[in-house]
Amino acid sequence: MGYPHPSHPKETVVLSQYFGDAEARSYDGWMKRGGYAALRKALGMTREAIVEEVKASGLRGRGGAGFPTGLKWSFMPKEATRPHYLVCNADESEPGTFKDREIMRWTPHSLIEGCAIAAYAIGAERCYIYIRGEFTDPLRIMSAAVEEAYARGALGADAFGSGQRVDMVLHRGAGAYICGEETAMMNSIEGKRGNPRIKPPFPAAAGLFGMPTTINNVETLTAVPHIINRGAAWYKGLCLGNPKSTGTKLISICGHVQRPGNYEVTMGTPLKDILYDMAGGPKPGRTFKAVIPGGSSVPIMTREEAEAALFDYEGIVEQGSMLGSAGMIVMDDTTDMVYQIWRLARFYAHESCAQCTQCREGTAWTTKIMERILAGKGKQEDFQLLLDLAENMTGKTICVLSDSCAAPVVSGIQKFRSEFEAYIAGAREPALAAV
Amino acid sequence: MADELVNVTIDGMPVSVLKGTSIIEAAKQAGVLVPHYCYHPSLPSPAVCRMCLVEVEKAPKLMPACVTTVTEGQVVHVNSATAKKAREGVLELLLINHPLDCPICDQAGECELQDYVFQEGRSGTRYSEYAKRYNPVEDFGPDILYVPNRCILCTRCVRFMDDVAGASVLNVSERGDRAYIGISEEQRLDHPWSGNVVDLCPVGSLLSKDFLHKARAWDLDKTASVCPGCTQGCNINIDTRDDVVVRIRPRPNLEVNRHFICDYGRMNYRWMNRGDRIEAPLVRDGGRHVATDWDTALARLEQIVHGASGSAVVLASGRASTESLGLVRRLLDRFDVTAAVQVPLGEEAPLPGIPYLALRRERAPNLAGAELLGYTPQWEAAVRRVRSAAVAVVLDADLSAADEAALAGAPGIVIVLGSVFAEGLRNAELVLPVTTMAEENGTYVNRDRRVQRFQQARSQPGMARPAWWVAGEVLAGPGPSADAPSTAAEAFLLLGERWPVFAGLTHADLGFTGRVLPGSAEAALSGRGVALSGTQGHAR
Amino acid sequence: MTPHSAHGGHGTVTPPHEPVFVGETRAKLERLFALYPTKQACLLPALWMVQEVRGWISETAIGEVAEALALTPAYVKGVVTFYTMYHTHPVGRHFIQVCTTSPCNICGAEDVVKALLRATGCGELGATSPDGRFTVTEVECLGACGFATPVLVDDDFIESVTPEQVPGILQRYP
Repeated sequence: MGYPHPSHPKETVVLSQYFGDAEARSYDGWMKRGGYAALRKALGMTREAIVEEVKASGLRGRGGAGFPTGLKWSFMPKEATRPHYLVCNADESEPGTFKDREIMRWTPHSLIEGCAIAAYAIGAERCYIYIRGEFTDPLRIMSAAVEEAYARGALGADAFGSGQRVDMVLHRGAGAYICGEETAMMNSIEGKRGNPRIKPPFPAAAGLFGMPTTINNVETLTAVPHIINRGAAWYKGLCLGNPKSTGTKLISICGHVQRPGNYEVTMGTPLKDILYDMAGGPKPGRTFKAVIPGGSSVPIMTREEAEAALFDYEGIVEQGSMLGSAGMIVMDDTTDMVYQIWRLARFYAHESCAQCTQCREGTAWTTKIMERILAGKGKQEDFQLLLDLAENMTGKTICVLSDSCAAPVVSGIQKFRSEFEAYIAGAREPALAAV
Repeated sequence: MADELVNVTIDGMPVSVLKGTSIIEAAKQAGVLVPHYCYHPSLPSPAVCRMCLVEVEKAPKLMPACVTTVTEGQVVHVNSATAKKAREGVLELLLINHPLDCPICDQAGECELQDYVFQEGRSGTRYSEYAKRYNPVEDFGPDILYVPNRCILCTRCVRFMDDVAGASVLNVSERGDRAYIGISEEQRLDHPWSGNVVDLCPVGSLLSKDFLHKARAWDLDKTASVCPGCTQGCNINIDTRDDVVVRIRPRPNLEVNRHFICDYGRMNYRWMNRGDRIEAPLVRDGGRHVATDWDTALARLEQIVHGASGSAVVLASGRASTESLGLVRRLLDRFDVTAAVQVPLGEEAPLPGIPYLALRRERAPNLAGAELLGYTPQWEAAVRRVRSAAVAVVLDADLSAADEAALAGAPGIVIVLGSVFAEGLRNAELVLPVTTMAEENGTYVNRDRRVQRFQQARSQPGMARPAWWVAGEVLAGPGPSADAPSTAAEAFLLLGERWPVFAGLTHADLGFTGRVLPGSAEAALSGRGVALSGTQGHAR
Repeated sequence: MTPHSAHGGHGTVTPPHEPVFVGETRAKLERLFALYPTKQACLLPALWMVQEVRGWISETAIGEVAEALALTPAYVKGVVTFYTMYHTHPVGRHFIQVCTTSPCNICGAEDVVKALLRATGCGELGATSPDGRFTVTEVECLGACGFATPVLVDDDFIESVTPEQVPGILQRYP
């Protein structure tokens, strides 16, 4: 549902059905709402059968990468000769994204159930749920829910009497966006600096503590019980566009819309419907100028591109951007694009882990150039310099943080060049003091 | 399967390498250097500097050569336009906060940042109108300074301390472009192998206080040698400036010391520069020593050696070369010889990441060689035998007061081949100036029976000659010395005639990394299990 | 070494370190060991425990954590300085974090920051108010973008804050 707003008729409410319903938090409340039936059913299936079901459903990673989930699970060794691990990525730090927090604070048991099914399917006896340190409410609520689940036998040495062990440990992050990257997350759990690892080896071969590991996003795991309950065909059928994009997606819309919130849509829904119908369109007297659809780490779309797009992985790519985490930042005509691109560059510079030269120095330099432009000291050469830096920062590093910094810069210059020119020409008042 | 070969082409050059080899190592075999910073063959590879990105046909992105293994048929371009552009980009970014310190930086002339920027960096900076990041210099430990402004965060130093030294004393602190190498307040960088981080640092960020501002890299002469510190026999380079030894650095030898030396060996060079040397051959005339020429001195030596009989004692420095030890020993073949080699003892300091490498207790580089030649480490017993010896020869040993007293009271003839004059040996019949290992060519045999060559790093002071030359001249007999060895290599050949273990081996065979003698390592250091007679020599 | 400007704590005498991991806190740490295959993996939770008890993580606390987990102080320090939520110096009684990343930025976050700095008397970001009551910091995306501007005061996550609400909010924190 469009929490905190009422459900919109164009939504397909599956994961978000109980957002805003405080009763859904408790174990009993969740049971009343059909909870834990999927886990009981899954524990009676073979692991292979569950993996096949998820594969058939077409579920893709909802954290941003969009990798087919069933395929990812199938990479795990079939025989667990060493401990397997499931890691639930609840680090949600991508600007614009705020869906996983809702899942955790309204329906914590839906996540626990999804994690338990996934853990069983991949042969893992332990699941670490990595929750970012700033999510104090979700931490508290998930903690209570996990305790309840243990007390009621859903978790533990003998989950629901199946003979399977399913353990869940909440691990609190401490303020690092980069820990949302799956290999950095594993390092963080291991008690190290949150540095992304080089791949290969891939997590399914050597992951957490060197053991076969699968990392999945909160929203991805929360979809799993529904797939078990209602079948892969049902999930696959939820598709309005490209058949490779199935199911529902929670879209976190924020910024200059009338009704910011999380809206759940069937893949392939026209983005126009989401922006204008569900989120209520722009504030009175204003028009949309730009939409960053995937969290901030994707190219900026113009209003025209956004209005023409179908909301699924391929549809957004067709309009020159990426779906990512679907943390949609909507900017209207009052927005200073140059300022916001600076602010995003500053975000990436702050979050860089410092391993790769291009990211460590490039994000900081990009930020400085943007500052200089905003301070009225920009030059024509800055365009080429920013683009050169962006090219340097793309496709050359261990992880894609530097690529993510480059995306808004490149698309910003491409599509909003006149705003940069205004600062450089002195036609616009400096927005920052000169350093 | 381990011996399976993979065929790849690197910059047009086809090579076959073992399966599992990284592209960067395969490229070495193709004669192609892939520029890099964080990679090092003796450290785990994190692939963070991004300098080694190469173009691999059919791969969608540039690949880091240090962590990408070769695959059959791979075609790699190290110097394509794309790869070069990527490197230019990395270099530009490394320079934006790097201070223009070259004129005052120790690393200049042997700096990998200078080298690659000169080779393929931009000629001018685009980072104008901003202040560079600034942090003050830090004192990390007894010998090491950290200059954060020059640091390129390659993290070689942290990985060395963590994974090779096994002492996590350094860290990367903070994040992003605020990151620097940190050390906790209560810890110091004083590990016995910590000096290696200075060598590992590609730039002038980690510096040795000992070498600080002492010499410019391009003023140095580098000579391949072997560390005279202990029985490990690490390979080193002796750096001299105007004939003064200013620095010792490791020389790679994968079987002995890989790329490292310990701090004890690193700092053990000041004695090589001593100026108070015996300048000329000295003969005793009445109650004093008189300088003379070599012919006279050698004639007198020959007289003594052929004139006396009975028992003889040799007291030799642990730093004496195999050639010198051998020929001096042969000189006394007519006697009943007790030959001892001096082995000061110290504490062992292993390097956990390399199981066969440690600073050894036995601080004598040629103990194994000496033992093969019939020398024993039982020093005090040998000194006692001076009392009844007809001839006592001191071969550059570091004599204690007790040793000197025994020699001073010796009834027999005392011959000294030495570098520094021992005041207490007024009764020595002959005092002949010999070169130290820094001033001659020669070999040492290390604890694993590896014979390794060291080379002359500074000129022979005064009239000093190698001890093997002195003995060799007398052994060859009077008249034109056609048979006397004129090079250490020739002297080495003479060893094989008397000690079969050396037979058939030449200096040329030893190359730069030495050769292990046949036979077991156990046999080499026969005295190892027995308590060495507490020869706690003092360092000179 | 803190190259950027530090705040508070300079020139003060450090009292002797009292151990953190005693009694119930020690017991809690021991229970943690069962949840991870290595002691090293207990590092982030252990650091949170120190901060919960002491309010910040001192050099001596770093030494204590290192010993408890068989790590070196340098290693622990490298981890502490990576994660921005760990304080390496004392902060105000109430620690305030305001998100100013783009989604909140375009919804007036910077005005909320100004209001907080004014109302707390902190003067500048990262500084502690003269009465030691508040420290105001600017942080990156807090994951509540649809509820701009979110403000974290200690562990209280307050959504949709406007400049007008600031004085009322601060009153709840003596």
